[in-house]
Formats: sequence, C-alpha cells, structure tokens
Amino acid sequence: MKKVLLLTVLFLATAVTYAGGYRVSLQGNKALAMGHTGVAVINSSELVFFNPAGLVYLENKLSVSVGAHGVLADVSYQNAATGEMAMTEAGLGTPFYAYVSYQANDWLAFGLGIYTPYGSGVTYEDDWAGSHLVNNIDLQAIFVQPSVSLKITDKFSVGGGPIYAMGSVNFNKNLDRTLVDLDGNRSEVTLEQTGITNWGWTASAMLKASENLTVGVNYRSEIILSAEDGEADFENLPNSPIIPFSDTTFNAELPLPAELTMGLSYKHNDFLFAFDYNMTYWSAYEALTVEFAPSAPGGETSVTELLRNYRDASTYRFGVQYEASESFTLRGGYYFDESPVQSGYFAPETPRNDSNGYTAGLTFKVGERLEIDASFLYLQFDEVDASYDYFIEPFTGAPSSFGGTYKSSVFVPGLGITYKL
Amino acid sequence: MKNTIKFMIGLLAIGLVSCEPEFENAVTDEGFYNGIYFPGDADFSNYVALGNSLTAGYADGALYRSGQEDSYPNIMAEQFGFVGGGDFTQPLTSDDLGGLLLGGTQIGPNRLVLTSDGPASLAGTPTTDVTTSETGPFNNMGVPGAKSYHLVTPGYGSVAGVSNGTANPWFARFATSESTTVLADAASLNPTFFSLWIGNNDILGYATSGGSGVDQTGNLDPSTYGGNDITDPNVFAAAYSAQVDALVAGGAKGVLLNIPDVTSIPYFTTVPAQSIPLDAATAGAVNAQFAQYNDQILPLLVQFGVITQEEADSRVVNFVEGINYPIIVDNELTNVSQVLQGPPGNLPEELANLLGQLRQATSDDLIVLPASSVLGSVPDPSNPLGVVGVSIPLENQWVLTTTEQARVAAAGAAYNATIEGLAAANELGYGDMKSALADVAANGAFYNGGVLTSTYVTGGAFSLDGVHPSPRGYAFTANTIIDVINTTYNASIPKVDIGTYGTVTFHNN
Repeated sequence: MKKVLLLTVLFLATAVTYAGGYRVSLQGNKALAMGHTGVAVINSSELVFFNPAGLVYLENKLSVSVGAHGVLADVSYQNAATGEMAMTEAGLGTPFYAYVSYQANDWLAFGLGIYTPYGSGVTYEDDWAGSHLVNNIDLQAIFVQPSVSLKITDKFSVGGGPIYAMGSVNFNKNLDRTLVDLDGNRSEVTLEQTGITNWGWTASAMLKASENLTVGVNYRSEIILSAEDGEADFENLPNSPIIPFSDTTFNAELPLPAELTMGLSYKHNDFLFAFDYNMTYWSAYEALTVEFAPSAPGGETSVTELLRNYRDASTYRFGVQYEASESFTLRGGYYFDESPVQSGYFAPETPRNDSNGYTAGLTFKVGERLEIDASFLYLQFDEVDASYDYFIEPFTGAPSSFGGTYKSSVFVPGLGITYKL
Repeated sequence: MKNTIKFMIGLLAIGLVSCEPEFENAVTDEGFYNGIYFPGDADFSNYVALGNSLTAGYADGALYRSGQEDSYPNIMAEQFGFVGGGDFTQPLTSDDLGGLLLGGTQIGPNRLVLTSDGPASLAGTPTTDVTTSETGPFNNMGVPGAKSYHLVTPGYGSVAGVSNGTANPWFARFATSESTTVLADAASLNPTFFSLWIGNNDILGYATSGGSGVDQTGNLDPSTYGGNDITDPNVFAAAYSAQVDALVAGGAKGVLLNIPDVTSIPYFTTVPAQSIPLDAATAGAVNAQFAQYNDQILPLLVQFGVITQEEADSRVVNFVEGINYPIIVDNELTNVSQVLQGPPGNLPEELANLLGQLRQATSDDLIVLPASSVLGSVPDPSNPLGVVGVSIPLENQWVLTTTEQARVAAAGAAYNATIEGLAAANELGYGDMKSALADVAANGAFYNGGVLTSTYVTGGAFSLDGVHPSPRGYAFTANTIIDVINTTYNASIPKVDIGTYGTVTFHNN
C-alpha cells in the first residue's frame, strides 16, 4: 500500500498531461470510472470539481479524495501521398487531483480542490515532417479552488468559489520546413514561460428533485493564461542578416476555455445512473498569437499568428454505479467527446478528432474510513484524414498544408484514495 | 487487501503495455500488400543512376555533401524504399564545403552561398581530394562535367589523366581502375533499374561559353573535341545507344531522360539583353562617337561588297535615352578589322579591332549570368569613358547569339530524338525533362507552399550557379521522373513534397 502511494506521489512530480483539445477530463477516479459524470452525483469530495453545491449533502464531516491518472497517449501520423510518417514519443502524463470537503454545519460546507484540468504534452521526433508546426509541447495548468456550499432548502443548494490558476508552457518548433544553418541543422525556436498565474471562478447548483433523482449544473469560467516576457530562444539560425530573428522575449495568450456542465443522476436500488452534458467554449481559442519583442532597441515587434479557430464542443457522458457488496462498488461508463478542431485546422500539437471513451473502475472499502478507487479509461479514436492548411511559408508568403492520416490511442489507468471521517 | 493491490497494479499494467496506434493501411507495410504502394512491373532492389553533374547532385557551382544527399537519384531511391528499393550508395564528398583538391592543390571552387551582398563563394579549405580514392562503384554514377561519349571513354577515371585534361577529377575519385569507363563500372553493379540522363554537357559548355567553342556536327572523332564544343549528334547517338544496350543487357528496366533547353535556365535568362541605362545627353554623346561608323564606314563596306546591306543594318549602333542594348562582339559577323585598317579608311588598329565584329545586342541575344559583373564596368580606371557595353563591346563569351542558340537547339533536338527512339525501342520510360523544365520556366509549377519558378535566387528551382537545380529543383525533378516510372511500369511510388526541400543557403562568411 505504501509503495503504491509512493509511486503516486512520484508521478505527481513529473506532472505532464496529454493532448486532447488540451482539456484533460480526469478529475477523479470515481467519476472517471462512470464516464467522468459527476455534476449530479453525491459520492465524495470529487464534488469540489464537479459541483461544489453538492458538498453540503455529503454525509461525513470530513472527506478527502486524492489520486492520479497515468496517461499513455500515442499519436501515429502518415501521409500516403509522400510516405512520410511519424509517431509521438511515448511518455507518461500524470494529471492529479486532491479534494477536501468539510461540513461546517447542516447548511454550510467548505471545500478545497487542487486539480489539473488543462494540459498537453506531445513530443515528436525532432525535425519530423510536421516540425514547422511543432516538435514538442508541454503545457501545464494547475487549478487551486477553495469552495463554499450552501444549502438553500433541503432539496436545493448552491456553491462555488474562486479559482487560482498556475500555468507553464514550453513549445518548440522549427521556423519553417527548410531553413537550416550552414551545418544543416534546422532553425528552430523554443518558447518558454513558467509561473503564469490568473484568476477565475466556478459556480454551481444542485437540486434533489426527488428521493432518487438529482439534477446539477456547474459553470467554470474561462481563464486566460498570459505569458508576458517569456523566453524566445532561437537556435541554428543561418549567419545572415537576411534572416530576421534573434533571441528575444515574447508575449502570448492561451485561453483555458469556460465549461458548462448539466446533468442528472438517478438511484435505483443498488444502482446509480448518471448523465452529464459538457459544453466547452473552445471558440475562445481563435489563434495562438505570439508577439516577439524587438531584438534590438528601436526594432519592430514581430507577430506570428497560428490560426486555430476552434469551435465550441460538446461531450455526452453516461455512467453507472453498482454497489456489489459491502466492500466493492463497481462502475462503468461511456462518453462521446466532440473535437473542437475544425476542418483544415488540425494541428499536430493537439491532434484530436472525435473520440469514444470507455471507462470502468471500482472502489474497495478498506475499512470504515478508507476507500481505494481505481479506474481505467480507453479512449477510442478512428483514424482520420486531416490537415492544417494555414501555415504561411516565410519565403513565399503562400500557405502550405500539412496533413495526412492521424490515429491516436489513449489508455488511462488511475488510482486514488478516499478518506472519510 | 493484497489481492486488491495486485488487481489494481494489473490495471496499471494493462495501460503500460498499451498498443501503439496502427493504421489500416500503413505506409510502412511492404509493397505488393498494402494497396498504397507497389513496384508494378519493375524491380527497384538495385537502382543505378548514370549521368553528369545533375545526377551527381551538383549545385551552387560545386559538389558537396548535403547537395549530394538531395540529388534526384537519392530522393528517388528513398521513395523506392517503399516498393522494395535497396541501399543506394553515393560517392559522398568529404565535407559540405564543395571544392576539390588534386594532391592537395585546389582545382575546384567552393560552393556558392547567398550573402547579404549576393552570391559569394563559401570560405574554407576543402578536404575532398581526387587522389584519396573512394571505393567504387556507387549506385550514383553521376560524374560532373561528363558528356555522352565520356561515359564510354576508357581512362576517364585516371587520376594521372586529370592534370592533362584527359580524365575527370570526380570520376577519378571513385573509378574502379585507371582504365575503366563510367558505363563499365555502372554495369558491374548489375542494376535491376537504372536512370540515364546524359548529353546536357554536349551542348551546355558551348552555350555557357557564349558559343566560344565549335559546333562539331559532322566531326565523328570526339577525341578532337574541345571542352566547349557541340558534340556531333551521331557521336552522341553511338555513345548513348551503347549505354542503353549495356544497361538493359541484364534485363534491367529503366528511364531515359531527355535534354532541356538552355533557355530554361537562369544562367541565360537572368541578365536582360537590354541593360544599359543612359540619359539623353550621354546617349547623344555616344551616338556622336559612332556617327562616322554608322553613316560612312558601314555604307562603304556595303559598297565594296565586304558586308551585305542586311549585315550593315544589324551593325548600326544607336543609343537612346532610357535602357539600351549593349554593344557586343559577335564572332558570326564579318571581321572587318583588316579592311578598315587599309585604304580608304586607314583606321588605327585599335579602333579597327574594336569595330571589327561589332554590333548592338538585340532582344534575341542571351546574356550569360556572369556578364552581370562585367556589363557597365569600367575596366581601366584611368579612362572613365571606357564602359563595357557602351564604348567597349561585351566580349563574345558573354553572349549567346541567335545563330549560336540555333546550333544548340538543333543539336539538342537531335539528341532528344535519339533518346526518345531508344526509349521506345527498348520499352523504357521516357522522361521529357525538356518540357517539364520549360513549363517551370514559362508558367511555374505550383506546389504545396508556393510556386516553383526558374527565376534566379528567388524562384526556388535553381541553385546559385544558375545552371544546376536547388534541392527543391532536384525534388521536382525526382517527382517528374517518378511520374514517368509510375506510368511506364504500372507502379505506385509516392512522390515527395518539394516544399520540404530547401533552395539557396543564406550565409555571410
């Protein structure tokens, strides 16, 4: 047991997450096992994330849930017209969460959550066919969310709280498809910024419509990660004043989009059925605009705009829970995740098409207070023919298209504990 | 409890052994099977490329390593890898600098790079030496400078012959013996597939030297030819058919590539014929200098039957306000120098020589690329009035006149008829590189990310020497040939995205 915990803690130290939009829906092992439903499920302190309004209905004075997921994501790429191919380097991403809820009295509860709802980690082989779009990217965001939950009536509660977001980004790409220094090394740029912070908020409501039926709604605001004076490191530039680049700083903004969730759960004997609908307001992500500061005093700011043109995307989630015995609770779920990427904007740093998520998991009660939660997610992608058509060739001024066939596979085992007092 | 942990670790393990995402039809699947790529009726397991500098991957006025890696045969060989192609070896040079040494003495220039002041030679000491031989033969048997008959000339790879001009330094680097031929070394590889692109230099030397050589049409002994001569079409045909015969002897399939027009390359299209800007006063002053020549000497020469009226008309010099054609030496004109020195003109020798074969260029003349540094220059600082193109004629070597162009075109057409005939007779692929290149020059070729044109430096198709393609131009060449192969042999070989190949190298020394 100790070893498992140690392992989990070690994973936290290398928190990298996987590409998918860049929303990573892995905010609790109990919820994930049920298709990541939870806006209307009163189960544990995972509610801090899913619906803080529900915290006040938890039965225990103190409830703690801690866990992590191991994300094994791979993307294969090939272009049948040219024979080019690539595969991302296998890496293990470990989004994590920790939630605490505390019942102050019959109508008031407090919660605190730390979780990683956004992130992206993709590493291709350097100088691969799409290296002018991305060689590797590592985007991390950690949210800290204190919450309050208030029972208005016996059947209706509201909740919410501020969110403090901390982010970092490291993005490396080649400048274009051909530029090299005299030794043939491809010219590249690395954009890096750590310690980006910003505030947001969440608000939610829960209605216990009947003995068995619970309805919930949760909204989490958009948070914009603004990198200011980040480090733009150019490497392998030709020794030529014709090439207008040198090391400088950059400003860029990345929106972590707002998300609205509505859902319900229905209890029937030992079964609990849940349905969640998510709307993620991805249309906020129109372009990744990078402003490079002048490399010499009096120079001009140069702007690189990487068009994204995401659209709002829905996710439909279904989950079921069965209390098999005193010790075991079994869960299963399914969700359909709509890609926010529009045709012609399929960039390999977030190579995501529509996917079907199949989930399963269980909770084992070790004693009265301690539960071990395990979950497993298999995200199924069809192979997709897609392209990014908006890269502007710096020397011709014309757009070039980068595309082919992509296939993703994602496996996510997860482990956590719940402690109730 | 223990079982639970085991179970959960098991769950984790399922994830850790997760399968890589696989495609239904993967490009890595071997040919024949996957439905994407297949070799058709050809066997690409042992590809040998025969030719000259174009085949070698020569660019920017030199043969250098990264250029060789982007040679069209190497690009093709990489794509052949999808349909059962084997290893493709090349006689790679020792560095990326270009340049060539013979026993430590530099005999070939370093490659050109684009500096902020224009093309310039890359600084550095080359390390590729003719005398430190590579072990041939190689799959890429492209020999820079080789003409058609050179491929069947014994001793063309003799190191000893390099210094006296009977052998080729690049072939001497990797010839298997002093006496071997390029063709013999190539045939010894027993190719299953070959490409042959030879004959360009049989006209190119004449063209790039502004017609300084001799059109040897009618002379069947190539051992008497100079470097800038045009090869007799029958000599070409004999050499070429010997090469095809030797290559198909073992049952190999292949593709024959024809000879592009010299007018398709920036070496001849960059410097405009009309290039001398003059204001009205200067034009008037210069015209005054030529008044006697125009109004008295030329009519007299006609009157005495030295030249025709037609020639006299072509020799009239007239500058106007604006951009003018330069005066040039045209060695096709009647040389009137001796006549002018005699009575009644009795012109001084210097002036008579200047007027000897003088005329003004026309829009049909092709001025070669290096003339750009000569035109308008003042060779004698003490004589500011001595301006090349205005008062000093542009030498013959800088101009390919219409007569000379016609000779080049006639020989090229004869070679191409031979190539096309041999391709048909041997059921080989025929790559019409002439049309492909003419189309790039006239219309440009659209690709993913731009338009490939023959414009010097910016067009993308040509390297800085103005004759040889850039890597992107070689990639276009490879795609053109792959198209021919796919059609001829019912094959499906993927082409490359030429936008991923570079053009010119930016570098300030």
